[in-house]
Amino acid sequence: MVPTLSIDELSVSFAHRTGTLGAVDGVSLRIAPAECLGVVGESGSGKTQLFLAVMGLAGNARVRGSIRFEDKELLGATARSANRVRGSKLTMIFQDPMTSLTPHLTIGTQLAEVLVCHQGLSWREGRDVAGRMLERVRIPEPRRRLSQYPHELSGGMRQRVMLAMSLLCEPALVIADEPTTALDVTIQAQIIELLRAMRGEAGTALALVSHDLAVVAGLADRILVMYAGRIVENAAAGELFRQPRHPYTAELLKCVPSLSGPRLARLPTLAGQPPQPGDALQACRFAPRCPRAADRCRIERPALMGTSTSQVACHFPL
Amino acid sequence: MRANPAAILALAVICALVALTLLGPWLNPNNTQALDWLHVAARPGLQSAHWFGTDRLGRDLYARTLAGTRVSIAIGLVASILSIVVGVGYGAVSGYVGGRTDQAMMRVIEILSGLPLIFFVIFLTVIFGRSESLLFISIGAVGWLTMARIVRGQTLSIRRQDFIAAAVASGASSGRIIAKHVVPNVVGPVVVYATLTVPQIILFESFLSFLGLGIQEPGASLGTLISEGVGEMEAAPWMLLVPGGFLAVLLLSLNIFGDGLRDALDVREG
Amino acid sequence: MTRYFFTRLAGAIPTLFIIITLTFFLMRAAPGGPFDQEQTLPPEIVANLESAYGLDQPVWVQYGRYLKSLLHGDFGPSFKYKDFTVTELIGQGFPVTLQLGLMAMALALLAGVPLGTFAALHHNSAADYATMSLAVAGIAIPSFVVLPFLGLLFGVYLHWLPVAGWEPGSLRHLALPVLALALPPLAYIARLTRGSMLEVLRSHYIRTAFAKGLPLHTVIMRHALRPALTPVASYLVPAVASILTGSLVVESIAGLPGIGRYLVQGAINRDYTLVLGMVIIYSTLLIGMGLVVDLLYAWLDPRVRLAKEPF
Repeated sequence: MVPTLSIDELSVSFAHRTGTLGAVDGVSLRIAPAECLGVVGESGSGKTQLFLAVMGLAGNARVRGSIRFEDKELLGATARSANRVRGSKLTMIFQDPMTSLTPHLTIGTQLAEVLVCHQGLSWREGRDVAGRMLERVRIPEPRRRLSQYPHELSGGMRQRVMLAMSLLCEPALVIADEPTTALDVTIQAQIIELLRAMRGEAGTALALVSHDLAVVAGLADRILVMYAGRIVENAAAGELFRQPRHPYTAELLKCVPSLSGPRLARLPTLAGQPPQPGDALQACRFAPRCPRAADRCRIERPALMGTSTSQVACHFPL
Repeated sequence: MRANPAAILALAVICALVALTLLGPWLNPNNTQALDWLHVAARPGLQSAHWFGTDRLGRDLYARTLAGTRVSIAIGLVASILSIVVGVGYGAVSGYVGGRTDQAMMRVIEILSGLPLIFFVIFLTVIFGRSESLLFISIGAVGWLTMARIVRGQTLSIRRQDFIAAAVASGASSGRIIAKHVVPNVVGPVVVYATLTVPQIILFESFLSFLGLGIQEPGASLGTLISEGVGEMEAAPWMLLVPGGFLAVLLLSLNIFGDGLRDALDVREG
Repeated sequence: MTRYFFTRLAGAIPTLFIIITLTFFLMRAAPGGPFDQEQTLPPEIVANLESAYGLDQPVWVQYGRYLKSLLHGDFGPSFKYKDFTVTELIGQGFPVTLQLGLMAMALALLAGVPLGTFAALHHNSAADYATMSLAVAGIAIPSFVVLPFLGLLFGVYLHWLPVAGWEPGSLRHLALPVLALALPPLAYIARLTRGSMLEVLRSHYIRTAFAKGLPLHTVIMRHALRPALTPVASYLVPAVASILTGSLVVESIAGLPGIGRYLVQGAINRDYTLVLGMVIIYSTLLIGMGLVVDLLYAWLDPRVRLAKEPF
């Protein structure tokens, strides 16, 4: 069975005055059809850059490696063939609904143009389909929204519009980059509920990127943990929470406050800072902050190893 | 500065031009007024006595162009200094005093900015007739608006800083504070916009002279020379090309240098 | 939207009125009169002339009569060109100047915006630097230098276009003047568009548009262009002022029978009514342009539009 998304040895680097900055460093992953993959990590872990590269939004960066969507190579493909896939079968929603919609175009126009562009519908037909999709994402008064401008909608509603926009052409994969970070907690829950419903109804694969384990926990089948541009652990969701194998994952889990455990005097935190992108390449990047670090960790980069369902990149896994 | 070779080149050109206008007469001592009847409207050539040729009356174009350039640069500098002084004073006071005075002062600037200055000058010429002092006043009026705006913006941000509060607390008068604390701190942006004001002023002066509203005979600035040149365009094109070329190069270099300076110091309009 | 327009219109009329009044009284208050330039005339003749032109009446009466005649579209007689009224002179010259100005403005916009967009899309490339260098030249070098140079090149040496002169309806005669007139605003608009477009292209909503798989030209035309044009809209009034100013010189060099020369000649000859008439025309144009720009803002940004109307 062909994986919906297949990434091999992807690296994304930026040329800088002082050298090259590697935002993503040799990442490989698979997303199966209808699977939900959670990708977690701190800011700077490369999780966003990874998927921006998939969508061809990497800007001035040098992107090397392979990105295959439904077994067709995206890197190096012509703009036209890549654009046929992006926005229709492979879509992305972003973190900041307040600034992600064009201010001078109506919601209806911004939604319908996807259909006009990818499926050759007329503008009227496009608005119709858009209206129905707005109903599906449970926006109140969907028809009215079509002729409104983005600034007339709240943040939560705008994010629903973004979601609707990503689902219009029945995509095989939706990438959601921190979809709830900019929203209130109550709205967060609603959006997550919506994502769950969408997956159930349409069988769409979902790549959910977040720094917040809690958000990922409710939805993901499998979880990737990224640190400093590399994958450090890859496991099924339940297993990751029960039995984390990488020290970083373990520390992350400790940081999530629990309602059921004992009351703590202090919230646990991770010591140290994530590495700067220019730092040493041939070593375990987590070593400076790792409580289990040894000499080997400082000179040899651990490879991602394990079974087909569970992998970890560590010399001394838990 | 190394990052902007164009600006450095522009600066070099400006210096070369200034040097030429000052030292030029040594190189080819032709009088600006002397009429050479034997060489009327002569073509330029390095062999002849008249390097840039002569005009319709036999006057040496080399000498006249250099003189004209000198006049243009001189007016540019003097009027610039005038407008800088007025602009800085106005802007500093407005920004420092703040409140409604500031609003009112800015309103005045807004209204004045809307009027094309040439109409104002023409208007005054109708009323008062052509005079050179009028020329100076109106030319000086070109640059001070932007300068005032910049300085006001800078003053507003400086005013909020602690050392101003300290000065006020120690009993210094407003005038003293403005003079000793505000003005030295706005020097950066002022220098940048000064370098951009000079070409504006030179352009405006040339424009007026071209129309016949500026420097009168027998004095000449680049504007008047170009105006004469246009009349002789088909018969003696060098009369146009030489002063025109000088003016174009002068303005272009000043603009490029000013732009480069602004980029280097990254100044924004308040 | 209509309410917005009429509010702005209502604000513009008093401004025009104030300009007319100020101009009128300043001119009357000035030393000397329109007949001082002629050979010294005996005082009785001067008195007769003044009475014929109504100059011996008290200033307020003169003002009132002037306003009344304005409403009838009558700017009064020209003091210098004795056979014509100012209205006639303006009527002859205005269409030419208008044509010149409109074509120059159109050229500046239609060439400047695409150039700026092109430069933004090829940021930091050789094409970008080349375009922006040309822009600096266009801004720095005045039109009274550019036009004769163009005339030399295309007229005298290449014989492609006429250097000067004018025939009604002739485009060839307008080509070089329009180009020279349009060049400074064109260059400025190109620079503005480039800077603004660069910023807009970094916006999140442009990222969304690209993520939707829209082709480049759609993203630019539908999503990026309108927000990027806001600084250009702000520049329109100074652009018109620049074109009006430039037309004075361009008309005189190219021998075009527009109204520009009347302003300069009127100043030199101290022809009151003519200059007054010109000031009114030019002020009206600028204020009118200001109104157009306000409307343009509303169209460019719906938030401005909707703020004025009840939800």
